[in-house]
Amino acid sequence: MTDAPLSAPQAGVGRSGRVALRLRAVSGTVIPVLAVIAALVGLWYLACIPMNAQQSVLLAERGGAEVSPATASERRDVGGIALSLRNPDPALALAFGQDRPVLPAPHQVAAELWGSTVGLRVTSKRSLVFHGWITLSATLAGFAVGTGLGILLAVGIVHSRVMDMSVMPWAIVSQTIPIIAIAPMIIVVLYSIGVQGLVPKAVISAYLSFFPVVVGMVKGLRSPDAMQLDLLRTYGASGAQTFWRLRLPASLPYLFASLKIGVAASLIGAIVGELPTGAVRGLGARLLAGSYYGQTVQIWSALFAAAILAALLVAIISGVERVLLRRMGLMR
Amino acid sequence: MNVVSARSLDLTFRTGDGPVHALKDIELDIAPGEFVSFIGPSGCGKTTFLRCVAGLEAPTGGTLTVNGMTPDEARRARAYGYVFQAAGLYPWRTIGGNIRLPLEIMGFPEAEKKRRVAETLALVDLDGFEKKFPWQLSGGMQQRASIARALAFDADLLLMDEPFGALDEIVRDRLNEELLALWARTGKTMLFVTHSIPEAVYLSTKIVVMSPRPGRISDVIDSPLPKERPLDIRDSAEFIAIAHRVREGLRAGMEAA
Repeated sequence: MTDAPLSAPQAGVGRSGRVALRLRAVSGTVIPVLAVIAALVGLWYLACIPMNAQQSVLLAERGGAEVSPATASERRDVGGIALSLRNPDPALALAFGQDRPVLPAPHQVAAELWGSTVGLRVTSKRSLVFHGWITLSATLAGFAVGTGLGILLAVGIVHSRVMDMSVMPWAIVSQTIPIIAIAPMIIVVLYSIGVQGLVPKAVISAYLSFFPVVVGMVKGLRSPDAMQLDLLRTYGASGAQTFWRLRLPASLPYLFASLKIGVAASLIGAIVGELPTGAVRGLGARLLAGSYYGQTVQIWSALFAAAILAALLVAIISGVERVLLRRMGLMR
Repeated sequence: MNVVSARSLDLTFRTGDGPVHALKDIELDIAPGEFVSFIGPSGCGKTTFLRCVAGLEAPTGGTLTVNGMTPDEARRARAYGYVFQAAGLYPWRTIGGNIRLPLEIMGFPEAEKKRRVAETLALVDLDGFEKKFPWQLSGGMQQRASIARALAFDADLLLMDEPFGALDEIVRDRLNEELLALWARTGKTMLFVTHSIPEAVYLSTKIVVMSPRPGRISDVIDSPLPKERPLDIRDSAEFIAIAHRVREGLRAGMEAA
């Protein structure tokens, strides 16, 4: 044993208490988070083996290896797990590097993602930055329109009983229709009057994002309690004064919660809007093209690009929320 | 002229379980500069009467005037400041911003707003807290800020609905003392709802004892205590005698109900 005993002078000295505490705090959250990510990635790699087994065994057979069952037609009805167990060597060796795997391995997706963002000029037709921007512009336009519409509807619903009873049910009904069913109709109708490109996608985007904003804002604008409303009545405040000074500021925390849901829904709307037209640009088009040609790596990288984009948008809204609410004293 | 005058005032609420007789036959006159406490068990209509004076509830019978006007006219003329049970400060406004709120709504000029905020903050002993947010203040300080908010536009009448009900005894004693000092300095008319007998006796020139079902006045006591009241006046024989009479009035009201 070479370590000094704890009772020795200077034992345990080396890090100041504060640094040690901070390290402990960081490791207290970072390590579990990394562990969860590692577990997910590990699970993904594991899943690749049976998912890609048919192809792996076929490649091994073509390479002259002994496989069982020996022919492709015999193997057709054998499950992926059974096939992997019967041919462990090729299943393990060939699962993670196929050209068109059923399930691409994480590193393949990462490489494709890197290659088609950083590795290409952004003007290239294969660049995910290019396609991402096409989708993002429709998302932002639709999100802006949806948010504005949602706030206006909420204000109307809170101030008018007629609107509450006539608009709210329709808003709810609108969200029960599958977007995949209504998107083609929106695109066809708009195309027939000569509107195409960004606008139809933005319309679908707005259609999905206005609803959470309506629900959140109605709740938020109604959040002041009877006492706070009475207080303003004792001042003889007008309806407009009550709105601007009480209802609107009180609704802001609710609005931000809705915006986070709304922006993610907007992105989904824009992508769905790109699917039925056979569009050639946008993340939706990349997904569609990938599935036409069996380019699973391309599909997955487009999926991840969309997920990263959504995460960024939500993070931006969270940042604005934190700054604004802290300045308003609503966050300590 | 009386600040508040009620003649056979009646108020019946229509509820799902049938009508509730909240106020019955209220006869009351309050002169300028009086400090009037309303005391009684819950359901006796003390808060309801205050809300009628404020024009927040509409009586169903009798007459009620505030400064010679109907309560609604008085409300629109900004005749009173109202302090609620909870401080109810806007969390997104600083203490100064909260006190500015009525001034903004009533359209005071900018310089006047600034002057009044500083003045009322000093009046409730909160100078230096203008830039703080409500959550940075204790409950007692928040309630002081809400009193400042009601004082900011300098109405002659202050309506207070159990303003210290949620505070502990020690803070409450201090705020009672401060409220008396404030009343002496400003000469406002105070209507003060409470369910504490010592608080009512200590503060008031007139104590209105109320009883429930239906809400009515069972006794009106004019306090003989001097205007100058140190806290230890509560041990004096006079004080105890008034407290006793209030207690008797409350008991009689409960038995009659």
